[in-house]
Amino acid sequence: MKPSPFEISCPGSLDAAHKALHENPRGTRIISGGQSLGPMLNLRLARPSRLVDVTGLSGLAEIRQTDSHVEIGAAVTHARIEDGEVPDPIPGMLRHVAAGIAYRAVRNRGTIGGSLCHADPAADWVTAMTALGATLLVRDGSGGAREIPMSGFMLGAYRTSMAEDEILTTVRVPRHSDRARWGYYKICRKVGEFADAIAGFVADPESRVCRVVFGSTGGAPLVSTELAQQIATTGAVPPLDTVKTVLRDSGLTLSDVKIHQLAIAHSRAVTEALSDA
Amino acid sequence: MTTGIGARIERKEDRRLLTGQAKFVGDIKLPRQWEAAFVRSPVAHGRIRAIRKPEGMADRVFTAADLSDIHPIRAESSLPTYNASDQYPLAKDKVRFVGECVALCIAPTRAEAEDLAEQVEIEIDPLPPVIDALKAREADAPLLHEEWGNNLFLTTFFDGDIETLRKTAPVVVEREYSTARQCMNPMEGKGTLAHWDEKAGQLVVYTSTQVPHLIRTGISECLGLDQGQVRVIAPDVGGGFGYKCVLQPEELSVSWVARKTGRPIRWTEDRREHLVAGANTRQHHYKLTAFADERGRLLGLDAEITVDVGAYSVWPFTACLEAAQAGGNLPGPYDFGTYRCHTFSVATNKPAFTPYRGVARPGVCFAMELTIDAIARAVGREPSEVRKENLVPAGKMPFTNVTKKFYDSGDYPESVAQVERHIGLAGFRARQQKARAEGRFLGIGFSTFTEQSAHGTKVFAAWGLPLVPGYEQAMVKITPSGSVEVRSGNHSFGQGLETTLAQVASEWLTVDTSRINVTMGDTGVTPYSTGAYASRGMVMAGGAVSKAAEVLAGRVKTHAAHLLQCTPDDIRLADGKAWFGNAHVGFEDIARAWYLRPDQLPDDVETAGLEVTEGYKPAIDTGVFTYATHGAIVEVDPDTGMVSIEDYYIFEDCGRRVNPMILEGQAFGGATQGIGTALFEEVLYDANGQPLTSTLADYVLPGPAELPHFRLGHAETLSPYTRHGIKGVGEGAAIAPGGAIVNAINDALTPFGIEINAIPATPEKVLGAILRAGTLREASG
Repeated sequence: MKPSPFEISCPGSLDAAHKALHENPRGTRIISGGQSLGPMLNLRLARPSRLVDVTGLSGLAEIRQTDSHVEIGAAVTHARIEDGEVPDPIPGMLRHVAAGIAYRAVRNRGTIGGSLCHADPAADWVTAMTALGATLLVRDGSGGAREIPMSGFMLGAYRTSMAEDEILTTVRVPRHSDRARWGYYKICRKVGEFADAIAGFVADPESRVCRVVFGSTGGAPLVSTELAQQIATTGAVPPLDTVKTVLRDSGLTLSDVKIHQLAIAHSRAVTEALSDA
Repeated sequence: MTTGIGARIERKEDRRLLTGQAKFVGDIKLPRQWEAAFVRSPVAHGRIRAIRKPEGMADRVFTAADLSDIHPIRAESSLPTYNASDQYPLAKDKVRFVGECVALCIAPTRAEAEDLAEQVEIEIDPLPPVIDALKAREADAPLLHEEWGNNLFLTTFFDGDIETLRKTAPVVVEREYSTARQCMNPMEGKGTLAHWDEKAGQLVVYTSTQVPHLIRTGISECLGLDQGQVRVIAPDVGGGFGYKCVLQPEELSVSWVARKTGRPIRWTEDRREHLVAGANTRQHHYKLTAFADERGRLLGLDAEITVDVGAYSVWPFTACLEAAQAGGNLPGPYDFGTYRCHTFSVATNKPAFTPYRGVARPGVCFAMELTIDAIARAVGREPSEVRKENLVPAGKMPFTNVTKKFYDSGDYPESVAQVERHIGLAGFRARQQKARAEGRFLGIGFSTFTEQSAHGTKVFAAWGLPLVPGYEQAMVKITPSGSVEVRSGNHSFGQGLETTLAQVASEWLTVDTSRINVTMGDTGVTPYSTGAYASRGMVMAGGAVSKAAEVLAGRVKTHAAHLLQCTPDDIRLADGKAWFGNAHVGFEDIARAWYLRPDQLPDDVETAGLEVTEGYKPAIDTGVFTYATHGAIVEVDPDTGMVSIEDYYIFEDCGRRVNPMILEGQAFGGATQGIGTALFEEVLYDANGQPLTSTLADYVLPGPAELPHFRLGHAETLSPYTRHGIKGVGEGAAIAPGGAIVNAINDALTPFGIEINAIPATPEKVLGAILRAGTLREASG
């Protein structure tokens, strides 16, 4: 379990990082905390000839707050979020999600941007950020920037809509009102392991937002506007059978056990959100 | 404070182990040393057509063709119907499991060796793989070893008059059970570093093993060397569990290449290699029919046991130890008269089966304990009552059971009663009913077992093994400064033997264990020992150290008597000194007189000196039986299938406890592994025999958050047949958790009318069963 040979560069600026990426986009991988890419390198499942380490880029480690958004640099670690360094876009949710990722040793190095770009279907941020309606700020080699909404970011397992020459710089999370509610529940066989089922729920009566998201479905997070509307209308947790029907009709290949676990995770997340009023 | 037998003292080895000062194979660096990486078979079953080395790398890549003068690993057995296998350290002609070594590559670093290994081209014609042991028994199954004409390493049959019972028994319970294939996962994987020492004229092999003297024999025989030309040194070993008690193909190929190239060569197993090529244990299947009376009193048992042995027969324990133990130990601690058992040791395209902590008993205990609970449910009684009534009562000890096991001592039903009391069975049923009314599902489960420890020469001989463990020797001596040295050919790989052997020496010599140095694991400097397995270390090596220390204490008294002007009988040893009344001489004075100033001693001095090697054999050769009952209370979440362990109580009796703290640690560790077996660990294969669990993300081990706070109780029924009444205990706690936890799960699931009969009881399995059962059946009581 030793990686095949590669070079690693630690550029001092985003421009330099883009330059390194531009030289050989196919053979180059961006590395941040390395908590997923590291094992893949050691298993020789990933075989880049060059790694570009972005953890040292100052802009990527910054946390900012605007009137409408909390902006988290892509190289901010899960541990910094867990420890409350990021202002709350919605009370307590980011800290809760961050604290549930793997183990502290992993959280100390793993980053939010790395986790999103890796796009593991069972990872936390892809589901949580979809529920929060976050957008991702990416920059390309020519200095161009664009924003990708989370709903259009992940295309499938380990696949995103980012182009080869783009680098994720900032995660923009909309600030919710004080009346906002959230729930996040995951079913894990073992503390710290990837989840078997994840459900996220965010509702803000002021901005008239209500989102229901399922994670660990084998692909991109599944967003259900149908369930969200039902909850917004009734203010109640949908019956399990209704949730299961939505999951069955989603077009995803899910076993009965998986459907049940996702439905239960959903029910628990929504119950949690609605009960702490 | 005395540091003798029974003292709860900290472990001598922990300082170095906990501060990173220990020296494992991976820590050793010799001049000119290179690293090895293996090319392993990518297919489960196939015929090798060609292996092509990269251009110019003929002297860095080795295949079976290069190792043509090596003898394969072949474990013979004297049992009738046994089929032996030839396992070449680098596959020859055929590959028989994914991960089998095909070529060995060497380079200055492991990464470079792996780069080289990637460039080796192998061409294999795939053959249909044999993955399911039950299907492998069928007549039209593909064959692993064509010359046998079937896939059976061994079948055994123990006959009993089951047919009469079938006509007369009021209660008949039939079940099928299965246990998953597992990897043992010691923290330190396997590692071997070999080099040729020109001065000594020896191949020196540092290897992570439990059995250094056996490995010397194995390497000598396969490489055609005299045993004097091989020295095996087991340095610090980070866990063994049985994985490191057999001769491994890598030990042979690395040794061969080191000798051939004249260069120290090291191979360090990585976790992926372990999870693929080390997936070698625990996989059993049972078909049981139990016959009982209306009260649940067991009358007889009819069993068919299939062990999924994998591709080869390991040396020296063979492919058949597991099934032999399973068939012999299935009746366990129970007293009943009629038993019939077929066993099948089946070859499949998986790594070669190796005995793991508990050897077969985690499987048989699981099967037997679930059957006891199934009988109790069939007769409508509390399972723990039925269990107690079926156990061998204390009044019948010593007891010879239906398979002729000689249970030396103990009170088995009392161990159940103790767990009932401490885990609170009396109040549990009411609590369970109340919880059910709230939609929570609690269950309670018990599991009782006996553990044949330190089974002796005759037992192993009866299992037909090529190599039978004999009697244990140990050396104890006083150094010129009065401290003590103990040498044993046994080995410590986490069990604390370094401390407990010192405690045994301290018991006789009264010297504090801080002044007793214990050396183990090096065939160059220790007396011969068959090694550490089968819970034999404390009984056998402890017994040998005890005997040697006792003789040495006598010599110390003789010398002290000269110095104190009295007779040896007048001398009493205490606090590391020899006393005659209030006068005393220290060990340092006695040692100085003997080693440095013998002129102070009389002319007729005892010249045997202050160094004693003694051998030991217990009074009986059939093993001594530790026993325990485990009790678990679990809660099953019927919506997720998750099982949480609310309480776990262990009551065990291993005779005299040499160091109670070490014993508790053994119980915690063993029970943790048992919980892995019960709820988490499972090697999965696809239809082509490809392992699907080759990283620790896929092969799930229990972590701290998944473990209960274990509670422990002890009895000390001394064995009448061993020194100090000691019985072996190292394996015990790994045996029972499967039975206790799954009995508790099934108790919790009673309202659903379902049973889990396969481990691990994963959320997927439990939830799947609940979903299949459909809507919740009304609880009848």
